[in-house]
Amino acid sequence: MALPKSHNYDPAHVFDVMVIGSGIAGMAASLFAVDRKLSTVQAGSAGGTLFTSGLLDLISVYPIEEKKMWADPWEAIAALRNDESLHPYARISNDEIQSAFDEIISFLNSRGMKFRCERNRNLKIITSMGTVKYSYCVPESMWHGVEALEKRAPCCIVDFRGLKEFSARQIAATLHETWPDIRPFRVPFPGMEQRNEVHAAHLARALELSETRIALASEIKPAIGDARYVGFPAVLGIRRTPVIQAHLEKILGLPVFEIPMMPASVPGFRLKEIFDTELPLKGLLRLIDKRVDSVTRAENGNFLLNIGGEEQPQLIKARTVILASGRFMGKGLLSDRKGIYEPLFNLPLSQPSGRHAWHHEQFLNPAGHPINSAGVEVDDSFRPVDGTGRVIHENLYAAGSILAHQDWMRMKSGSGVAISTAYAAVNAIMRVIMDRSIRDTA
Amino acid sequence: MQTQVLIIGGGATGTGVARDLALRGVDSILVEKGDLNSGASGGNHGLLHSGGRYVSNDPEAARECKLEGDIIKKLMPQCVENTGGLFVAVEGDDSNFIADFPSFCVTCGVPCESITPEEARFLEPTLSAKIIAAYKVEDASIDPFRLTLLNMGQAVSMGSRLLRKTKVTGFDIRDKKIRNTRVMNVDTNEEFSIEAEQVVNCAGAWADQVCRLAGIGIQMQYSKGTLLVTNDRINYRIVNRLRRPSDADILVPGGTVSIIGTTSTPVEDPDAIYPTVEETDLIISEGSAMVPVLERSRFVRAYCGVRPLFGKSGGSDGRSVSRGFTLLDHSNENVENLTTITGGKLTTFRLMAEKTADNVCSKMSITAPCRTSIDPLPAADDSRWTEPGISPKKWMRSHQPDDIMICECEMVTKTVVDEIIDSLKSKNERPGLADIGHRSRLGKGACQGAFCGARALAYLYERGEFTWGEGLVEIGKFFQERWKGIHSILWGDQLIQAELMESIHCGLFDEELHTTLK
Repeated sequence: MALPKSHNYDPAHVFDVMVIGSGIAGMAASLFAVDRKLSTVQAGSAGGTLFTSGLLDLISVYPIEEKKMWADPWEAIAALRNDESLHPYARISNDEIQSAFDEIISFLNSRGMKFRCERNRNLKIITSMGTVKYSYCVPESMWHGVEALEKRAPCCIVDFRGLKEFSARQIAATLHETWPDIRPFRVPFPGMEQRNEVHAAHLARALELSETRIALASEIKPAIGDARYVGFPAVLGIRRTPVIQAHLEKILGLPVFEIPMMPASVPGFRLKEIFDTELPLKGLLRLIDKRVDSVTRAENGNFLLNIGGEEQPQLIKARTVILASGRFMGKGLLSDRKGIYEPLFNLPLSQPSGRHAWHHEQFLNPAGHPINSAGVEVDDSFRPVDGTGRVIHENLYAAGSILAHQDWMRMKSGSGVAISTAYAAVNAIMRVIMDRSIRDTA
Repeated sequence: MQTQVLIIGGGATGTGVARDLALRGVDSILVEKGDLNSGASGGNHGLLHSGGRYVSNDPEAARECKLEGDIIKKLMPQCVENTGGLFVAVEGDDSNFIADFPSFCVTCGVPCESITPEEARFLEPTLSAKIIAAYKVEDASIDPFRLTLLNMGQAVSMGSRLLRKTKVTGFDIRDKKIRNTRVMNVDTNEEFSIEAEQVVNCAGAWADQVCRLAGIGIQMQYSKGTLLVTNDRINYRIVNRLRRPSDADILVPGGTVSIIGTTSTPVEDPDAIYPTVEETDLIISEGSAMVPVLERSRFVRAYCGVRPLFGKSGGSDGRSVSRGFTLLDHSNENVENLTTITGGKLTTFRLMAEKTADNVCSKMSITAPCRTSIDPLPAADDSRWTEPGISPKKWMRSHQPDDIMICECEMVTKTVVDEIIDSLKSKNERPGLADIGHRSRLGKGACQGAFCGARALAYLYERGEFTWGEGLVEIGKFFQERWKGIHSILWGDQLIQAELMESIHCGLFDEELHTTLK
């Protein structure tokens, strides 16, 4: 259980936990593990969290084929358990799910990325597509948007010339019936007036400078009129969002908020920055942009993981592995014409009988595509099992979207499944270690 | 509305008839219930047949192909890539057929040159090592979208009118003549009628439905054919399997891609067809006998069309029904001013249009001769964005300094989208997202529209083309159009892209909760 002496790679060290994956599940698992003083190493591609919007969903739609939406996520989870669903939430208690959220949010809050939630209800928030959606926990930078929508308050939504995927006019037009008092306003971004195309990450960096914010505010002020809120695309800085938001609010004299938009998202960059810099300070050995190439198992059951490809081969030894490698985008699952595979451990998967049953003929079919509920089946300790329920390796765990029997895209449960199953897996590892140390002491 | 000739159906034949009539000085209105080429004219290989395909079982069709192919190559070269073609046999193929092929070709006047398997593999390095015989023929690839748009474009420039999304709902027949044709705009449900001296039914696989509205029954079969598009161009020439027509035996290159197909499955209903997983797997396993790399290729799209076959017999898959065309003058069935043209194939579309126009003109005592066998097809610009690769080339060559890339995979710029919107609006049509997808490479690249669909939608709002929540319906339709083409080929990289698309548009934007399925 001793922490490694340094973050330097020591080939002799046997880690308590190897986390495979760098999305929300991998990051959450790493945090929970280091918080519990487990010596932890993590690997995965660099882009894991960039595809998140910044919203931390728990669940809001169930059953998906009925498009039934729940204001209270816990009622949705109760309904799912009541139906004897095999969804991962059926293996975790509400207290554990809540504790998992509390732990990750308190970490992010303490590192400057604040989140807000109201424990027993989902929040309503608008997206850059002009849709209104439920989410459980939103970045503080988006909170005034929740308020403004609730009040249908007069609101000015600002967008920037050249930011192609964000149109304030589109949002205003699409929301017109539910929220008539939105005024779109387009401005050139200060310092980038000559550019035809601007990118969210560049705007976010530019807004770190107070001159940019002052120039921007003076562009916006004439359009404010009787607006009581000002909405922006989610570009309000990367490292210092609370300061940037507070400064803009001060000079505009109004609450401002961010609107979640397409990946690669700025809130996703914020999460990545925090995980990349803060988790190593807590003792995590983070192998950034390194993929696990192959895994073998030593006689004592420890995993031997080959990392870094042929050019920089590294061997990691770990007592346990948490597989949080994601689905197809994360390459945690691979597919060919014949079926889907889990490439590292060759785990048995729950999957449709053949490709003919993977997808519906309609992309937006409310039932969701069966392939998206395929994945790794686990026991109550989140250890992968085969079709008969037999545990594959007693020290292998799985977390996040690779798990079977959940369709996070349709249930709106991506972050919730990632965070709570990572929590359950780490706690299961802790229980084994505690039992063993009690045994050893006795 | 009034006109001399009402044409029903906006495929290659209907637009060909519109052009043919316009060149004879005859006014026409063309009504199309969907979009141009939404039937068989859009759902085919894009192959300009040398005739070799039909020499063994349909000599008349083979001869027509040879003659018409020559005319199209000469007068419509902007729609043709003159690739040449090969017929190849692999181990196990019928040796009698292989030996007889040259004499069949001679009988039909189809040029054919025998080459060795080694020469064939030199010309087409992706051919299987198991090739045992090969012949060179004069096949070419043709862009059916450009063809149709240019034919219609010239007709419109001479005064013809095009009404897309306009469906025929009935005929008012008195004294053995259609006096009025009732039509409806399928977007607005607005109904109106068109008065024409003559009505021409070019509705392809829907020709019998049109006839039924006039109380006439015709015998038709529908045969569905599915094709797959590869991510890269894998052959220089058309490659045909040297055997009696069967599944997945033609590989057609065009622009930056290759297309392998087809299957032939009888279907009851020409609507609501889509490529299936089973057909996709069959095409890949059959096609890879000729070109083994197909087994490992990345496919970007699958699509299908319905062949309208006239008559009832023809074996289990309809392949033995003649691919020749049929012109039906319904004077005999007591509707003197209705003519139906059906059957046929893309290569002979011009001839079909000519024969139809001849018939209609003679009924109107118009003696002006056909000009489409003499006059070149003018090159207009409306259609150029459909060709894979041409948009990037054009952008690289001369992009405006203030131009913005809407689709980064296929390099479709704001200017291109503007031109398409302006072109649609100049024809009094409302520009939808799916229409722009139809007329450009938007959404046809690696991202499958996940990013560029959203960008194009934002741009349409910026231009003021959309003003309320219709964008969600539009993007749903746009994705469904893309989905039809990818849902049978979603494995490997394509499955990753599909997951990305769904994670954005469902996972984040909740579009499935905001759009109602039809």
